[in-house]
This record gives sequence, C-alpha cells and structure tokens, in this order.
Amino acid sequence: MKRFSGDISIVLGGAAGQGVQTVEALLVQVLKREGYHVFAIKEYMSRIRGGSNSTEIRVTNTKRRAFVERIDLLFAMDKDVLPHLKHRITPDTIVLGEQAKVGTVENCHVVNIPFTQFANELGNPLYTSTVAVGVALGILDADQKVFEDYLRERFARKGEEVVAKNLEAAKKGYDFGHHVAYDAGIEVQMKRDESVKKEMLVDGVTALGLGTLAAGCNYISSYPMSPGTGLLTFLAEQSKAFGIVVDQAEDEIAAINQGLGAWYAGARAVVTTSGGGFDLMTEGVSLAGIIETPIVVHIGQRPGPATGLPTRTEQADLNLVLYAGHGEFPRAIFAPGTPEEAYLSAQQSFHIADAYQVPVFILTDQYLIDSISSFPTENLEHKKAKNHIVATEANYQRYQLTKDGISPRGVPGYGEGLVGVDSDEHDESAHITESATVRRAQHEKRLGKIQGIRKEALLPTEIGNVKKAETIVVTWGSNRGVIEEVLELAKTDTVAALHFHQVYPLPEKTKKLLVGKKIVVLENNATGQFANLLKLEYGVEITDTILKYDGDPFSVEEVVRKLKAIN
Amino acid sequence: MAWCPGCGNFPILNIVKMALAELDILPQDVVMCSGIGQAAKTPHYLRVNYFNGLHGRALPPAIAIKIANPKLTVIAESGDGDTYGEGGNHFMHTIRRNPDITNIVHNNMVYGLTKGQASPTSEKGMKTPVQIGGVVIEPFNPMATALALGATFVARVFSGDIMQSKEIIKAAIQHQGYALVDVFQPCVVFNKQNTYQWFKQNSYYLDDTHPKEDRMKAMAVAFDMERLALGIVYQKTGRPSYETLVREGNTPLYEQVLDKQKLEQLLQSYQ
Repeated sequence: MKRFSGDISIVLGGAAGQGVQTVEALLVQVLKREGYHVFAIKEYMSRIRGGSNSTEIRVTNTKRRAFVERIDLLFAMDKDVLPHLKHRITPDTIVLGEQAKVGTVENCHVVNIPFTQFANELGNPLYTSTVAVGVALGILDADQKVFEDYLRERFARKGEEVVAKNLEAAKKGYDFGHHVAYDAGIEVQMKRDESVKKEMLVDGVTALGLGTLAAGCNYISSYPMSPGTGLLTFLAEQSKAFGIVVDQAEDEIAAINQGLGAWYAGARAVVTTSGGGFDLMTEGVSLAGIIETPIVVHIGQRPGPATGLPTRTEQADLNLVLYAGHGEFPRAIFAPGTPEEAYLSAQQSFHIADAYQVPVFILTDQYLIDSISSFPTENLEHKKAKNHIVATEANYQRYQLTKDGISPRGVPGYGEGLVGVDSDEHDESAHITESATVRRAQHEKRLGKIQGIRKEALLPTEIGNVKKAETIVVTWGSNRGVIEEVLELAKTDTVAALHFHQVYPLPEKTKKLLVGKKIVVLENNATGQFANLLKLEYGVEITDTILKYDGDPFSVEEVVRKLKAIN
Repeated sequence: MAWCPGCGNFPILNIVKMALAELDILPQDVVMCSGIGQAAKTPHYLRVNYFNGLHGRALPPAIAIKIANPKLTVIAESGDGDTYGEGGNHFMHTIRRNPDITNIVHNNMVYGLTKGQASPTSEKGMKTPVQIGGVVIEPFNPMATALALGATFVARVFSGDIMQSKEIIKAAIQHQGYALVDVFQPCVVFNKQNTYQWFKQNSYYLDDTHPKEDRMKAMAVAFDMERLALGIVYQKTGRPSYETLVREGNTPLYEQVLDKQKLEQLLQSYQ
C-alpha cells in the first residue's frame, strides 16, 4: 500500500524527441483544469535528439514552486532513464514503463505499461503520449471527462479521426492507470481547488514576455542563445497582433546597437540573450551609459564559463551584469523569482530605463524560464506604459544639465529641434568636448541618476517573520519558491528569509532588517556574488552562504539539509 | 574641426551638405549614424540629427532608426576601417536586409585616427608602422562584396570631384533600399601612396554604355583593380526595403500605443 497525501512528484524521463515535452504539456494543462495545483520543471541535454531528459511535475494541495529530489512516480520511456535518474530513485519510487525497453537498476521494480501493444491496437505509436498521460491521470484518479474535453479542444483542428484516436488512447491509458493503482495499492489523496481552474498556467519566459508586452515593447533585436531565446520566440509569435518589430541580428553586438538605435528613434526595445552573448554586448551597454539612451536587456543565465552547461541553470552572471561596460554609469538589475515577478520585472525595467535613460537588466535563469506554474490573473501588477519623450524646440539640447540629472529626451523627427547623441564625452548640445569642466558636469549628471533609481527600488519580499527571526536567509531570483517551501515546512520563528526581486541598486530601508542578524545567503553560484554585493551595499557581515554550482536548481531537500547543518 | 588641412573629408562634407540641400530634405528629417574614426566625426559638422555610436557599429542603429521611423532619411557615414573592418559583419548583413539607408564610406585605404596602420582596403605591399615589411593580405573589395550579397545600389566616387560625386550621392539617397557609396579619398598625412594624383591617374568614369542593372557586368567592374571605375556601378529597383517587410505602415513607433484589450485577451487565453 502506497499512499500519497497532498504532495506527489511525478517524473517523466526519456530521450529528446520521445514525447516527454508533449506529455508534460498535456498533463499540467489537464491537472490544472481539474483544479490541482501543479508545478513543472524540466532538465534536458544540449542536443536535438537522444540523450536523457526529464520533467518533474508536482501535484500538491497548496501552491508549490520548487524542485524536489524525491520521485514518487517515474515514467521511464527508455533504458537510459533509470541510470540517468538513479541518484533520485529510492525503494519508495514507483517506476512505470515498458519493461522490455526500460531495463532495471538495483532496488527498483518496474511496473509494466505495454505501450507497444497499445500502439498496435491504436494503429500508430503517435498516440503513446496520450496513453501515458491517461495512465498518470488514472493513477491519480483524476476526472476522465476533463481530459477528454481537453483532447477534443486541442486536436479539433486536426480532424475527427485524430480526436477519436486520442480519446481511445486516453481511455486505454486511464483504465490501465486505474488498474495499476489497484494492483499496486497506490492511493492518492489530493484536494482540488476550484479557484485554480480560473488561474493562468504559464512558464517563466511566457510571463516575462507578457510583461514585456504590457510594458509597451514594440521592438526586439536578438541573436538566439539558450535559455534566452524564449523571449524572442514569444515576441515573434505576438508580433503581428501587437505590432512588434522582430529582427534576428547577425550577432549580439548588432542586437544591442539596434536596440539603442530603436530607443533613440522613439521605439521601446528589448534585447534577449544569455551570458556569452551578453559578453559581446558589453561595449553597447557602456554606450547606453554615455549616450543616455534607454535599453532593456534580458539575460537568461546558464552555467559558464564560456559554453559551460548550455541547457542547465545557474546564477553566476550577477557580477557580469553589475560591472558590464567600461567606465562608470548608473544601471538597475531585476531578478524575478516567480512568473508574477517576471511580469512586473519587465514593466519596471522599461519604466526605469525610460525614466532615467539608463541600461536595465533582467536576470533570469533556465530554471525560472522553464518552470511552469499557475496563479490568479489578478496577481499580475500592471504599470502604466508611459513614453518619457518630449517634443523638441528649435534650441533643443539633448544633454541639458538639470537638477536630477535627467535631460528631457527628444527623438528625431518629433518637434523643431535636432537630436544628437555621442559616444564621446559631449557638452549639453551633444558635441564632442575635452573640457574638464564639461566632463565633470556631464559625468556627475549621469552618475547622479542612481539616487532616483535607488529611491524607486523594489523592496524584497519578507518570508516568515523577519523582525523576530535570528537568522535571515537572503536570496534572489529564481530561489524564491524553494525558500518559501523550506521555511513553511520548518515551522520556525528563528529563521526567516528576504527575497530580492531587484538586486541593484538595493533599497536603503531594507538594511535595518539585516543589521544584527545572522545572514545566510543562498544562491546558485560558487562564489557568493550577491553575498558580496550585500556587504558592499549595506556594509553587513555575512555569516554563511549556501551555494550550488552543478547546473541543477536547489531542491527543497537540499536546502533543508544545508540549513540544518548551519543552524 | 578635427581634420587635417587638405583632408579628403572636407570635400565629402561639402558634397553631402549640397546633396541634402538640393534634395530639399529638412535637417529635422535626417539622421546620420556614424562609428569612430575621423570620417565618423562628419555628423558634428552638419545640422542634422545624429547617432555617433561605437567603432564599427554605425549600421545596426541606422537600420533600427529607419524601422522605428521610416519617414526619416537615414545616412550611415564612416570610414573604411570602421565599416569594412570592425563592422564587417554588420556591413554584410545590412546589405542582405536592404533597409532604405545610404551608406557612405570614406575609403582612404589607411587608418588615420590611430596613426597610419593598414586598413582593410590598403594595397598589398604598403608599408606602415605595424606592417613594417608591407601589407601581406588581400585588400577587401567592398563593391564586389556588396554585389555578391545582393546590394541594390553600389557606387564609387572620388572626393576630388565634387560635382559628379554629389549627383551620385543624391541618387544614392533617393534610391529605395540599401545604397553603398564607397568614396575614394586621400589621407594627406598617413597615405603617401594613394594620393590625389594617384586616384586621378588610376580611375575613370563609367559612361552611359555601362549597363547599371547587369549584376555580372557590375561584378566585372568591381573586380577590375587596374582601372578603378567611378560612378553608379549597379542599381536594381523594385526590391522591397527591409523596413517595409518587418512592419506595417510608416507611423513612427513612438506614436504606437499598447492595445490593452488585446493584452487582456491574451492573458485570458492562458487560463
């Protein structure tokens, strides 16, 4: 007898091209429609076909947004899955798959699912994914009708026969799943939550893309690089509906220089890439600094140096982004921890970039980009997408000295004036100068803008009772879900957490929450980059760090273990 | 002015000024993009909008500006090192896109601002403080490269002939699509080899018998290193320019507002 109550972890494993992604997409949609809280995260190899990839789908009583090592049900599609996931398989793991194809490892019994037989009966192996989803739903004792309705909707365009075959496949799978559950004595107790049915179900990069649309973005120029490409693809899909110019640049240097040209002429542009591509952009970042032209850059982080682990996750490009570009100039960096924050990040980035005429960065990572979860649409925060440009007068001066350092930004062709921008040091009229006096005035004007940016800095999220706790776990970006779950499970008042959605500049008033506390910084890199930044910005001592740099996200179990070891 | 007395940049500046004036284009409607180098300082001596950006990167902003506001006349003007060397990749791929911009390249076959090293178009054998035994690599052929990549307007002019150069640059600005104008120009300080006299002796004007729309003939002209042709080497009309392909209409993007209803519908579709 195996009972799962309120929290089950289902993992699908197979080679690229074996339908793992299809099963994931179907399963999360159907489960969410049934009112289950779902969270899904995939890990995959850097290849088009073959290899061994897996997707974890958690079904839970309350919302969870974290990866767990534990596997309750493992669907294995081929013989590489068990060796690939061996370290996560325990005697409690129920492994399902076609015995002849899956093989075995120690301490592991495979429950046979005769996929080949089903394919023969259905006349086509194409429906195997639907069978597999059916089996999982059967084991969970989910509502078969919701699944059938979903299949009808999804495959309607492909004609009656495809719909009928899918329904047949679904029934075979579902019945088989029921049968397996009965035979193996599997019982799943899971609450359904009516409100979940109306929620949005998206992955991180879609949420970021939606936020970019909400920010009034109308231009993207980028060169594809995993895991940053998703934003380019998303905006391309929406380009007709929202009037977005999409340009696939010849290289990342072209991408950021196009982005700057677009903003200069009045467009609202974003550039997306990953660490390696961003390296190439850094001169352009410096250009944005001196010409005071806004730019928003999304960097989907992956482990480096160089090509590193192209499809894995890490948070090791904070220093890169913090110091990118020669010379000194202000900037802002956001690092969303949830899809809702990704939606807000994009809008806040466009706002800060436009209002302060500075480069702004959104740091995500493969883990956040690929994580799928659901949330109420009302959770999305909308900011007004305002254009900060002015109509120029005949005597317009692009770099007019002002009290707050922000010179009104004109664009060519809008008004009577002329708009010049120059990468050389320049005077108020944008002409080249080597005057030390002018240099000081312009440099101080640019650097002074950081004060306004800092005043607008987003406050970190307090998780648990920060005032009361002795130890504060400080984290940023995609680690929000894991620390939330760990602290909820720990049920303690002695440890709380602060999650930073904006990582630079940091809000002044947060410092007092940290003074006199034991500070443990949790981040997905080897050198504690955010820990160092905290010291620099707040002058606080860091008691300890919890670091990870193997390409995987933090798991709940791992953070629990490491926190225990510290305390 | 940052230029040396006798610099070929002066006549080029005059040519561009006259061309814009004769075409009746308002300064407010012109954006000049440039990179880094002596040629790249040109926009500072004109009354136009300008984006004086990074070395080698005049073309990417020029493309974006034309797309963001197709009503603007966009000219990218830089030197041979900037356009053909540092910005070589942008040069190639801008031509492939065919945006409606004019690319004026000051080609003096030497690096001026960094004091006399070889440029991509320096002739083999030219001695410089770096190429002490003479240049050993093949010179870059801008016209042949542009033609190979499908450029719709390819011309070469000589800064020593203001009147004819002006007419060709006017034609380039009026051309719908990417127009390359490679400008032969002496560098009186660092290039003692390719002088006013040398350009005069080694160049000739294409006459009316040259079939401008024949790409293969144009290619033969571009490959001729003995007699250097001046004039419009190739022009093809009718190919849609990039900005008309990647967006609808020509409303400046700063006038575009977010369709909130569409966004709301899209958000709902994820439920």
